[in-house]
Amino acid sequence: MSAILPSGALDPADTAGATASDRRRPRRRGERSLLASIVLHATLLLATFIALFPVVWVALSSLKPANVIRSREIELFNSPSLDNYRQVLFETSFPTWFLNSVIVAAFTMVIGIAMSATAGYALSRFNFPGKRGLMWTFLVTQMFPVAILIVPIYLIMANLGLIDTKASLVIAYCTVAVPFCAWMLRGYFDTIPRELDEAAALDGLGPFGTFWRVILPLARPGLAVTAFYTFITAWGEVAYAIAFMQTDSHLTLGAGLQQFVPQFNQRWELLTPAAVMIMVPAAVVFFFAQKHLVAGLTAGGTKG
Amino acid sequence: MSTSVIFDQATRVYPNSTTPAVDSLDLEIEAGEFLVLVGPSGCGKSTSLRMLAGLEDVDSGRIRIGEREVTHLRPKDRDIAMVFQNYALYPHMSVAENMGFALKIAGVGKSDIDARVREAARILDLEPFLDRRPKALSGGQRQRVAMGRAIVRQPQVFCMDEPLSNLDAKLRVSTRTQIASLQRRLGITTVYVTHDQVEAMTMGDRVAVLKDGVLQQVDTPLNLFDKPANVFVAGFIGSPSMNIGTFQVAGGHATIGAAQVPLPRVTSDALRGAEVTLGFRPEALEVVTEGTPGAFAVEALVAEELGSDAYLYSSLVAVGTERLNADHIVARVAPRGVPAKGETMWLRIAEEKLHAFDPGSGVVLPTA
Repeated sequence: MSAILPSGALDPADTAGATASDRRRPRRRGERSLLASIVLHATLLLATFIALFPVVWVALSSLKPANVIRSREIELFNSPSLDNYRQVLFETSFPTWFLNSVIVAAFTMVIGIAMSATAGYALSRFNFPGKRGLMWTFLVTQMFPVAILIVPIYLIMANLGLIDTKASLVIAYCTVAVPFCAWMLRGYFDTIPRELDEAAALDGLGPFGTFWRVILPLARPGLAVTAFYTFITAWGEVAYAIAFMQTDSHLTLGAGLQQFVPQFNQRWELLTPAAVMIMVPAAVVFFFAQKHLVAGLTAGGTKG
Repeated sequence: MSTSVIFDQATRVYPNSTTPAVDSLDLEIEAGEFLVLVGPSGCGKSTSLRMLAGLEDVDSGRIRIGEREVTHLRPKDRDIAMVFQNYALYPHMSVAENMGFALKIAGVGKSDIDARVREAARILDLEPFLDRRPKALSGGQRQRVAMGRAIVRQPQVFCMDEPLSNLDAKLRVSTRTQIASLQRRLGITTVYVTHDQVEAMTMGDRVAVLKDGVLQQVDTPLNLFDKPANVFVAGFIGSPSMNIGTFQVAGGHATIGAAQVPLPRVTSDALRGAEVTLGFRPEALEVVTEGTPGAFAVEALVAEELGSDAYLYSSLVAVGTERLNADHIVARVAPRGVPAKGETMWLRIAEEKLHAFDPGSGVVLPTA
């Protein structure tokens, strides 16, 4: 297996150290040494383990009765049951929170895409007063951590009478997602040749028609990433959700799930199945988004 | 159905620039004419075309298409079709959809669109490809789709912005003739931009030469070649380009190397200083024997054998006070048996093919 010759095979007269490596079979391009291969795979396995362990642990725990979850003994798989799931779905407010989260995330996604795509297109194609300022604003607003924004945004929402409504969360999440997505989509639109806009203008389309019928279809991969990003931004968010939502029936998942694990009497047997079920919509959105992540949509339109 | 196009003092100054990209362009293009805008890169030819198409603002002056003033109309209201240098096909649409898109926007009926797309596809040999995406086409086919998209519109004016520059040399030559004959058949007024003077000469009914945003001359290809209005046009049109140099004049003779070349009477009368700029094309030079009046000596450098012709690049012997624009003199000589490098030979300018220009302004002087 090893490409290195046993040292006994060397000509005894060959004393120069360099010749040993000269006798090796030359390594082809892209080929790794055995050691490099082992280290690489070990690293990958470790990273995979670290990434998967919490998820698998939660998934396994969700199938165990409460006392087993809390026990100090490690049991991977002992009399699994779906009883926890039944309890979460039928005896808690989980379904309501789930629905709230879906509504908030869906609206954030739709509004976020609409705003960032139009803003990104304007930044990519048009010259207007304040363009540079707007781009800086988009960049700078991303630099503030959520923690310092919660209070001012809370005040604004309170003044608008939006506290404890889904709209307050949608708006707050858009303030996070839109600057980033607009910036990203601008970059994507920049890769679409301007001549296509010009051809569309000559073919009789106005700016919005060009955007809608020519640019958007070609920006599908960028839009898919935006969709996924905006959805995720809203889906698992906790800080704003806790701050803004007050009525139990208005909570979203991020805020609601905390009620399962208060300081005392934590109910892990409820939290874990809920956590597993939270993953499902995110996975579904990702599944639909990744189908659009294809390269070469604009291929062939222009030469060069 | 085709119409004239008039540029009336049309000027474009790009933001953050003080010199206009197109400076007071005055140009009348007749109905059905094929006009070529030609010039070196940055001369404003593409900008002029884009002003006509409405893709570029007009800062002052006006542009008219037929009776309509279009200076500030949006592109879609000008009834113009454009062929872009990089084709700009819609990648997400099939060939047929690409060609019919403008009609679809305009609300033309489906069967009408279909008929017109098929007709254009037939003219351009694109019928087998109508369902393909641009990605699955070769460069030449994409170019034809871009042409087809323009034809289907049946617009008042075609704008073409270096449509052949992305094709390989051979395809370029054949497509060149196809476009020219197609334009003649359709009779649609066409403005064609190119930096290639061979394209300009072979395709255009008339050619407009631009430099630094200023129109230098508009005329038929042959008139540009035979009667250039100034030094720039003389040097730009023709391949290989005209030999141009500035020479001392004394007693009605210009000094070229050691030779005294007689100037026509009208030329020396028009001269104001003691210098003249002379231009003579490679084919205006004859190889003569030593001692012929007006013949100057050159030393052969390189010969380009083209089969039917040969071009000899040589340097002037006994250089005096003349200033040549290039560091060599090109002469067309008989092919096969061209002189070897370093050989000295004698050239004479055929008098009727001599061009003279004012050394200061570069404007042409009479020679006959």
